[in-house]
Amino acid sequence: MKKFSIPLLLAAIAIGTVVAAHFELIDLYIQTIIMFIGVNIILSSSFNIINGYMGEFACGHAGFMAVGAYITSILNVMLFTSSKTFGDPLLSPELALWFFPVTMIIGGIAASITGLLVAIPSFKTRDDYLAIITLAANFIIVSLFINMDSLGGARGFMGMKQVVFAMEDVVFIPWMLIWTFIFTYFVVFLIRRFVASTYGKGIIAIHQDEIAAEIMSVDTNKMKLVAFMFSSGLAGVAGGLFAHILGYINPNSFNILKSTECLVMVYLGGMGSLSGSVIAAILFTLLIELLRFIIPAADTLIHLLPIVPDTFHLSQVLKWVIIPFILVILMQFRPEGIMGNRELSDFFPKLKKYYEFK
Amino acid sequence: MFDSIIQNLFNALQWGSFYSLIALGYTLVYGVLRLINFAHGDIFMVGAYIAYFIAIFFFKGSLALSGTATLALVIPLTMILTAVCGVTLERIAYKPLRRKGANRLYVVITALMCGLILENGNLAFLGASRKSFPELIDKVVYNFGMISMTNLKIWVILSSILVFFLLNTIISKTKIGMAMRGISYDKFAIPLMGIPIDTIIMVTFILGSSLAGLAGIMFAMSYPILDPFMGALIGWKAFIAAVVGGIGDIKGAFVGGFLLGIVEILVVAVFPSTFRDLIAFSILLIILVIKPTGLFGVAKSTKI
Amino acid sequence: MSLLKIDGLTQQFGGLTAVSNFKTEFQGNELMGLIGPNGAGKTTVFNIVSGFYKPTQGNILFKGKSIDGLKPHSVTGMGVARTFQNIRLWHDMTLLDNILISQHYNLGYNLFDLFLRNRRYMDNEKRMKNIAMQLLEQLDLVQFKDEKPKNLPYGIQRKIEIARALSVKPSLLLLDEPAAGLNSSDVQDLIKLISWIHKEFDIAIWMIEHQMAVVMSLCSWIQVIDFGKTIAQGTPEEIQNNPDVIKAYLGDDKI
Repeated sequence: MKKFSIPLLLAAIAIGTVVAAHFELIDLYIQTIIMFIGVNIILSSSFNIINGYMGEFACGHAGFMAVGAYITSILNVMLFTSSKTFGDPLLSPELALWFFPVTMIIGGIAASITGLLVAIPSFKTRDDYLAIITLAANFIIVSLFINMDSLGGARGFMGMKQVVFAMEDVVFIPWMLIWTFIFTYFVVFLIRRFVASTYGKGIIAIHQDEIAAEIMSVDTNKMKLVAFMFSSGLAGVAGGLFAHILGYINPNSFNILKSTECLVMVYLGGMGSLSGSVIAAILFTLLIELLRFIIPAADTLIHLLPIVPDTFHLSQVLKWVIIPFILVILMQFRPEGIMGNRELSDFFPKLKKYYEFK
Repeated sequence: MFDSIIQNLFNALQWGSFYSLIALGYTLVYGVLRLINFAHGDIFMVGAYIAYFIAIFFFKGSLALSGTATLALVIPLTMILTAVCGVTLERIAYKPLRRKGANRLYVVITALMCGLILENGNLAFLGASRKSFPELIDKVVYNFGMISMTNLKIWVILSSILVFFLLNTIISKTKIGMAMRGISYDKFAIPLMGIPIDTIIMVTFILGSSLAGLAGIMFAMSYPILDPFMGALIGWKAFIAAVVGGIGDIKGAFVGGFLLGIVEILVVAVFPSTFRDLIAFSILLIILVIKPTGLFGVAKSTKI
Repeated sequence: MSLLKIDGLTQQFGGLTAVSNFKTEFQGNELMGLIGPNGAGKTTVFNIVSGFYKPTQGNILFKGKSIDGLKPHSVTGMGVARTFQNIRLWHDMTLLDNILISQHYNLGYNLFDLFLRNRRYMDNEKRMKNIAMQLLEQLDLVQFKDEKPKNLPYGIQRKIEIARALSVKPSLLLLDEPAAGLNSSDVQDLIKLISWIHKEFDIAIWMIEHQMAVVMSLCSWIQVIDFGKTIAQGTPEEIQNNPDVIKAYLGDDKI
């Protein structure tokens, strides 16, 4: 029984949230935050494969997210809704519900193929040069989408809300919330299985000593290929979810700032710690949302002081001063992040009774 | 046809000058510290803003100096203040990490984050309204047939070339330059030889940042609209230029900057301007895949 | 068919000839030594055999198959394991994981089995764990199985590196200066260990070593190289008295 307590707890959280959302006990804003937490968990834990477990310094995760977002959105909009770009739906809109996971996976596969763009150069080079390659890949992908006028170019692409409505027409429950829960759990589950296996530990060996890995029969090129494709594929899934939660995407929402968010989450959580990535993603998302309220509050507060001029206001942009600042402080005093490379069960051995991280 | 090529080439040289000057800063710091100073593009932005405030103070304020006199004050003051800014960043953010012997990665992340703080801090405190730089020198247009050159563009190109030769002399001829090259080979042996490593690093940041400040002045004069994110994209691209040239090598950075300028201007001449970044970055990717160390870089072999 | 046959091996780096016209042959399970002054090209020979460099000239036959130009992981998979001069363990992983990851040549399952965690995956993981545990028991390292190598003494680290190399079930073990940095009592243990491994695992061992005590007491055949050229080979007694070897090590006395 104890063995199932964690899965049961997770299921209870998911079902509880969905039921609460259905009966409007939690409003749309909170639901969106919960969904963004899910997306961020996928992003940070998948990015952790490369930057944490494999120890590379990639910084273009958002590029792969963009590929997933666009492919999934295009497929769904084309198949299930009538839009200006693609005309009438190719399939009956009721099918959207059944095909949604399929299109998500296709988006993921497309993103993982784009991952080759960085995986192949990574055979020969690492460190700084690889960082630049990933960065360039991010820029290339974003400017490709900007230049695709048929997909809205820099203005963005929309119509995904119709897909969600099509799903809700079949059964009226908060579908996106359900899908977010399912995919988040699924991704974390897959990554856990991957890094716990002897196969997956090959990437940790590459991190610690690439030459030793190669000589001890780890096919380093193949492992890098697998790791990059796996990671970018999952980023694509996150992108697909993101697109359908917002109902609208824009190439610039996948630029280097989004990749920086992923970096912040990985290093906040700790390189090579899956539970760290999950915790960091939750904290990070909540922090961003909290700052939305804290900054105006602080603004009123400082205007109580007579010395602050009336024309001066603290803007929401400050969020992007505070978050990098937190990371700078973190790098100074606790560079290994919240968890280091350990898991929750290493800190609380009692947890091991309930689940075994293997 | 021929005229338009020359005209484009001339524009490309001016555009490449900015890249070169910023790329030199990247490459100097990388050469000495093996650190990608991701905040460098934003130091350039800070330089442009400093230039703006100084120019406004002397040109528009109660002093109301002449344009040339203002410029004569703006150039040294901006370079000094930007250098102060760069060194402060080094002292506050990078040096403590270096002292602790922290992983290089942490310093890179710190640099990236400092860049974000500078950009968004500027946006938050100075506001989103764009600043327009006053016109300090009268624009003179020289026409040679179909080719038109402004005095400003000629000055930009000439000064970047001059700066490069000056820098090259410092690096290759002076004692401090020798120490800088020494650190890049072995940063453990250098202090043992009695060379004050922190001073050398400070000099590196002073050189790099003041060049970024100079680039900031010239950019603000050529394209007189300033915004907080102007440094981000130019910074990334200058960095790419440095990498294409072979990061750590100042010749490489200089050539890489002009190369990128030429590529971009030629792309815009043929394709719609939105393709500029796409093609520039694709070329980078191809160069790095074929020659991972850049054009002038030397591969370092790992000892097994 | 001989186990390993190297013929006419030459390696050039730019203008420098690191190894020239190197020959050697392992008939069966010999224990041979490769010695020479610093910079003579010994490690280069090992790097070529283990696949890090593609030789400029020459061919290497291992069990009758050509292995020059193969990637190191494939060479290891065929049965050539090695250790390094400076210990290259995965210092932040447990000892057990260090041994387990070396089973990559023979995983027996693919990515899909891993995600499904099916029978094949479970069986193979169990099999690999058994191999690793058995090896640790044989080498008397079981008590350290959950320790990280970085926390263990240097002598143990050397032993772990040898254990890790053995875990790929090699037919040829290349030891690159196994006694470097060990004190004299550790060296005695190492000599015992190597000769025990040689008998117990019944494998060929080829070692580079500077400590003559180790080489002379273990190796049945010694090859001496200097500036990439073989200057002498023979039994330990022959080598000890060879004037060319003495000259290479101690220099010419007619200065």
